[in-house]
This record gives sequence, structure tokens and C-alpha cells, in this order.
Amino acid sequence: MLTAILTGFLFSLLLVFAGKYLKGKLAILSALVPLGLFIYFLQFVETIANGEIISQNVEWVPSFGVNLGFTLDGLSLIFCLMITGIGFLVFAYTAAYLKGHEYLDRFYGYLGIFMGAMLGIVLSDNIISLFVFWELTSLSSFFLIGFNNKEESSRKSAILALVITGFGGLFLLSGALILGSVAGTFTISEMLISKDLISESPHYIIIVAMIFVAAFTKSAQFPFHFWLPGAMKAPTPVSTYLHSATMVKAGIYLLMRFTPVLGSTEFWNSTLIIVGTVTMLYAAIHTLFRTDLKGVLAYSTISALGILVFLIGLGTEEALLAACVFILVHALYKATLFLVTGIIDHETGSRDITLLSGLRKVLFPVAIAGFLAAISNAGIPPSFGFLGKDLIYEATLHFGNSAIFLTALAIITNILLLYAGFLAGIKPFSGKLPENFSKVHMPSFLMWIPPLILAVLGILIGIFPSIIQESLIQPAVTSLGENGGDVLLKLWHGFNTILALSATTIGIGIMLYFLIKPTKKVEIAIEKLEFISPKTITEKFGDAFHYFSSLWTNLFQNGYLRHYVSTIILFLVAVMGYTLLKNTRYRLDYSSFTALTIYEVITVAIMIAGILYTVFTKSRLAAVAALGIVGLTISLIFVYYSAPDLAMTQFSIDTLTVILFVLVLYKLPKYLNLSDYKTRIKDGILSIAFGALISILALEVLAEPQSSEISEFYAENAYLLAKGKNVVNVILVDFRGIDTFMEIAVLTIAAIGVFALLKLRMTAKERITTENKK
Amino acid sequence: MEFILAILIGIFYAAGLYMMLRRSLVKLIIGLILLGNGANLLIFLLGRITKGLPPIISGESPVFLGAYADPIPQALILTAIVISFGLQSFAIVLVKRAYTVVKTDDLDQMNSTDQFS
Repeated sequence: MLTAILTGFLFSLLLVFAGKYLKGKLAILSALVPLGLFIYFLQFVETIANGEIISQNVEWVPSFGVNLGFTLDGLSLIFCLMITGIGFLVFAYTAAYLKGHEYLDRFYGYLGIFMGAMLGIVLSDNIISLFVFWELTSLSSFFLIGFNNKEESSRKSAILALVITGFGGLFLLSGALILGSVAGTFTISEMLISKDLISESPHYIIIVAMIFVAAFTKSAQFPFHFWLPGAMKAPTPVSTYLHSATMVKAGIYLLMRFTPVLGSTEFWNSTLIIVGTVTMLYAAIHTLFRTDLKGVLAYSTISALGILVFLIGLGTEEALLAACVFILVHALYKATLFLVTGIIDHETGSRDITLLSGLRKVLFPVAIAGFLAAISNAGIPPSFGFLGKDLIYEATLHFGNSAIFLTALAIITNILLLYAGFLAGIKPFSGKLPENFSKVHMPSFLMWIPPLILAVLGILIGIFPSIIQESLIQPAVTSLGENGGDVLLKLWHGFNTILALSATTIGIGIMLYFLIKPTKKVEIAIEKLEFISPKTITEKFGDAFHYFSSLWTNLFQNGYLRHYVSTIILFLVAVMGYTLLKNTRYRLDYSSFTALTIYEVITVAIMIAGILYTVFTKSRLAAVAALGIVGLTISLIFVYYSAPDLAMTQFSIDTLTVILFVLVLYKLPKYLNLSDYKTRIKDGILSIAFGALISILALEVLAEPQSSEISEFYAENAYLLAKGKNVVNVILVDFRGIDTFMEIAVLTIAAIGVFALLKLRMTAKERITTENKK
Repeated sequence: MEFILAILIGIFYAAGLYMMLRRSLVKLIIGLILLGNGANLLIFLLGRITKGLPPIISGESPVFLGAYADPIPQALILTAIVISFGLQSFAIVLVKRAYTVVKTDDLDQMNSTDQFS
């Protein structure tokens, strides 16, 4: 089974190298991959029907208990056959639909990854590997929705879909981790044993809620449904394959897979019933307002998914049986309708239901496919859809107290779905053929054969339900934890309530189809309500998030050096100032200070004057000169306080700096006041606060006792070990000689830099650019 | 004297920071120099100042006989003065060069690469 899953990925990998050969006539060959897998899975049908379960276990990350465990049971098998079977038809269809497309190989690559990941989801027995495959389907879906990457709306829809499904994926991961720690295992089949332990755990509600969010986002349940209509921006094969037949059913699969583990509780059932009901009604009503064929189909898909969630929520054996059957029914007719829509779009260039009519005259086989699919969708006997609908009514009718209410809701939904199906499958082909479509011709057989196959299957299974009754449906129901011993699918149940309900549905639905004509006016009217839809709210939230993050980034990462500096200093002053205010005693011990003499006072006064002059003067030369004076007075301070070496160094370095400054002074820019008054006041206050902070810190440190062990070591050993009497010099050239050596290296590098910068001449090109700037 | 020096260091820091916050590149360098001087004096002060007793062993004696000023801050500051000269000279020449090429010394007009929009 691992090989089967990897096939999809290997196929995509192969396309990276061999893609260019697949763009031409050979494109059809890629359909052999899903076909091969389909045949591979078909051979298990008999084994599974006998009640066996096939499993395979490959160690992946054994230390975390994460294994690539795969199990093929009835439920998985239905999905596998759907994925590979519809996959085969879609792959073939694509060869003609995107014939000669520049990125056809890429498209097949994404489809291959998707197929592999989807098989991975339905076969995984380990909840962590299930999550990995789950995310892979979201990612490949992102690339496929955004396949027309030059259109902004495509890209936007792709991002929206990724955000919503990815958001759900995170919930799946956290739900899986909690579930795994409660159950003590990540293997789903082993969780069945500890069902009671899980449902009595205090974390049960959280686990279920997280699994729900994951399933609802993936399967487009209200209020997360809105990414699906947007996803219809993808090429039609993608809409067929991912967004109606397979990927959106991954959420349904997840719910079904966990029904035996987490199901049959009040919370599980009522939440699913409520969400399912709201979704199926909301989306079904929305189909009334759409004029784009794909829009109609998108909303009817959401509605169908709502029905499935609703059925799983009912949770009775009948309901689960109905769900298993309805998954197949829906996959068959919805895939057909999408493929038909794709053909119409491809041949006429329009998907507007108000413009299309009479196409049966030019696209006859397609019209048949559309008609059969609409029949099955409507649940008109002898289609497979009729069977499905019967089972749904049976499930709702036998559901205790609220049976009548739930049945009524199901009927309303089905009526609206029937309308949608007729709109997509019959409306474009009936009536008069407009002038401008008279030249429409049949597409390649690769395009019309697949929908026809699916549509015919939809009728065939309806007439002979025994084909799938024991081979597929029964094992699937069994794997949902029901005994499923007496699954009996048949077309004719005799005259009973259910038949009457079906007849009512069909009657009202067809009436509705003839009464209501979709118009642009209604669509525009409903768009006015868009501002309160979950989609708008999510987008607004996304915009606000984006706005806030750019505001935040621009506030802190604004590219202005002085803002960075002031932010850092402000923070420093605030934090340290707070600590100082709280913990300082402010007691100065004047007696410990050295006495003042007149020389020092004068020196300090000159220095302060020099600093102030440097800061406030408007002349560059004056500022540099004042800076020189400040340097010289510092060297005087060093002289007073027993540091002759420092005084000498300071003196020479200061002189050098001033000379250097003066040398390049006239090549330097004018000394302008660039900031306004307000900024200067603000900076001034910050600077004074910072200065005060440093002063207080210095005084505080002075009040603490000093440790002088290291100094004593140097002083005592200067002559004994290093034969030098000037301790400062001995430290520099002897005790810390290597440091000084490094310092010389640094200075040399700086000198080379200075020299290079001074000698560097502009190239001719640079000179021109500078000239232009002037 | 310590008290006055502490205040003086505060002034150095305040003036240095104020100059660094200006938009002119030259003022930025001057601010840097002032801040460096302030830091040197701060280290000097915190090593405790002593009057008239340089850390030089006098006469024939191999060790100090009386009190002496702490040699370590002096060694540190000496290194700092020299290194800051390296930095300053490089910065001055770099600013000159930058000015010749981009024709502005307004920092706000030089920040085209660091902005997020």
C-alpha cells in the first residue's frame, strides 16, 4: 500500500525530469498511473468483502510512536476506488482540456501529489501520518486553485483556501496529539479498544471540537464553507476531482473514521446535526442565486457535504449506510456535472446559465451525460440517486422524536439540489440554440467519454444495486462499527411513505425548475448581503491583521537609525529608571570624595562649555575645535588624577582626530539643522534623562565597596614578573600583550580602510550617475 | 570632585546621545566621539580616582611602598582611546566618501533599503 501511495509522488517527481515529453500527444499516458492504481485496488474488493482487513506497518519515527501504518478496510476501499477511478477519468480529461498548455506537466505533477496524499489520508492508520497527508492535500490544492497564477482572483482564492484548510489542519494536529496522549496510542485501530477511556476523559470535548474544526474546514461546512466557491477558479478538472469528488470528502472521511472511536455521544451527534443542517440549507438556498454554472455546482456540493455531515450526526446504522451510499452517488453525478460544465466552458467560452441554451444540438453525447447526471442528482428512478435519497429519508424518518422536522429539512434541501442539478445538467442543453453557439463543435473523445462513463454508471448501479451492495457498501458500514449484516439496496420498496416523499421532492423540484429562472438581478441583489457573510468577515480580519502587522513593523523596523537608537534608549531609561526609583537610597557620602581645587573646577567648567558649544554651534569648524578643547581638558583630568599615560595618549589622539577632521572638513556636508523644533525638544528630553540615569548609576556604583584583587596582583608582580615599573604599560604590553597585538591589527585594518577610501576614484559610470543626481 | 565628575559624565552622555539622534551624518560622528569620551571618563571614575599617585613603582623598590592609583581602568581606557580613534577616523572618511557619492548627509534620505511597505 505504501507503494501505491508513493506512486503518485514518484510520478510527480518523474515529471520534473520528463515533463516536457508529456506536454504533447503523450499526455494521455499519465492517465495510466491512476488506472493502474484503480486496478490494483479493485483486486482487494473480494478480500475486503469477505470481511478481512489488510494492513501494513512501516516504521517511520518509532521513538514518537509515529509509524506509517496503513489499513485497507471497507471505508478506505470506497475512497481509494473513488480517488483512483475518478482520478483516471480526470487525468484523461485533462489531456484534452489543457491540451498544449504551457504548464501541463506541472499540472499533472500537482494532481499526482494530490492523488498520493489523498490515498495516504484514507489508508493511514496512524493519526499523525494522516495529518501529514492531510496537509499535503491542502498544499496541492493551493497550487491547483492558483494554477492560473497570472490572475489575481485565482491567487487570492488559492490563498484563502490554504488559510482556511491549513487553519483546520493545525486543529487536526493538536486534536490528534491530545487524542493520542489520552488513548496512549496514535494508531486509530488501537484506539477502538479504549473508546470508553476516551469518551470519559475530561479532554473529550476538546478533542472532538478540534477534529470537528479540521473536518468542517476541509469539507466546507458553515461557517468555513466560503473557500470552496472561490476554489472554483481552478481549471475544471481540479474542481471535479478535488473540490467535489475527493478532497472535500476528506473531512467526511475523518468524521466517519472516528465515528467508532469518538461517536455516539450527545456532543458529537447534536453538533454534527446542527452544522450539517445549517450548511445543507444555507448552501442549497444559495444555489438559487447563482448564474455561473460552477457557482451553482459549488454551492450544491457544499450542500451535499452538509447532508453527509448531517447523516453522520444522526449516527444510526441507517444513517451511516445512507452516508456511505450518498458519498458514491454524489461523487458520480457531481463529477459528471463538473466535467460537463468544463466541456461547455471549453467549447463555448461561457459558463453563464442565462446565456446557455440548446447545446444538445451541437454537443449531443455531452447532453446525455448531463441529463443522466441530473436524473441521478434529482433522485428520479431508476437512478442510483434515487436509492441514495430513499436511504436518507429512511434515516431521518426513523430518528426518534424529531423525525418529522429533520425529514422536512432533508426534503427542502433535496428539492433545491434537484433544481441545481437540473440547472447544470439540463438547462444548458434545452431550448433554442442561440446564433453565436451554432459553430460549437464536439470536443475530443477524451473529454466527453469520462462524464458519459460516470453518468451511465450512476444509472447502472441504480438498476443493479447488487453490484456494490455486498462488495463495497457492506464492508464500509461494517468498518464504521455497525454490524451491517443486512445491508440491502433495492430500487423498489413498494408503495410507502418514503416513495411518497421522493415523489413530492421530485414534483416540487421540477416545478421549481420551471418557475424560477436564474437572473443576474437576483445575483446582484444577494451580493449586497455579502458584507455579513463569513467570507467577508474572514477577509476583513485578514486585512486588519495585515494592516496591523505592517503598522507594527513600520513602527519598529522603520529604517531610521535614530528611531532604533531612541527606542533602545527609551526602553533602557524606563526599565533602569524604574529600578533606581524603587531601590535607591540617594545618600551621598561627601566625606569619601576627594577635595576640589580651583584648577579642577576651571577645567570642568571649560569642558562643559566646550560640550555645549559643540552641540549648539552652527559651524562645523567651531564644533570640531570645541571638540578638540573637550579632548584636551579630558587629558588634563587624567593628569590631575594620576594617569600620565592616559593624558599623553588622549592628547595625541585628540590632536590627530582634529587634524583629520579639518583635513576633510570642507569636503564634508554643511552643518545643517535638519530636524524641526519639536523633534529637538523630544530628543533633548530623552538625552537629558539618559545622562541623568548614567550620573545616578555612577554615583550609586561609587557608593558600593570596590574589590581590587586583580589590580593588586598586577601592581605586585609588575616588576617581579615583567621587569617593568610603569604598571599600566606592563599590563598592556606584557600581561595582556596578545590583546594589544590584536588592537594593533584592528588599527592597521582601519588605516588600510581609510587609505583605500581616500584613494578610491569613482569609475566613469559612477560619476555619470552622480552627475545625474545633481 | 567625584560628584562633579559624575554629573560631567551625565552631560557627556546626554550630549552624545542628542548628537547621535540628529539627521546629519557629521553630527552623528561628533555624538559618537562625545559618547566615547563619556564612557572613558565613566570607567576612570568607577576605578576610583586618586590624586598624585600614578601607578609607577618609584625608586629601587620592586613593589609599591605606598598607595597608588588603580592601573587596570587606565589600561582599559588607553586601549579604548586608541580603538575609538580607529573607529572615528574610518567613520569620518566613510562619511566623506558617502557624501561624495550620494550627495546627501541626511540620514533620512539614505534609508532606502531597510523599509518595509
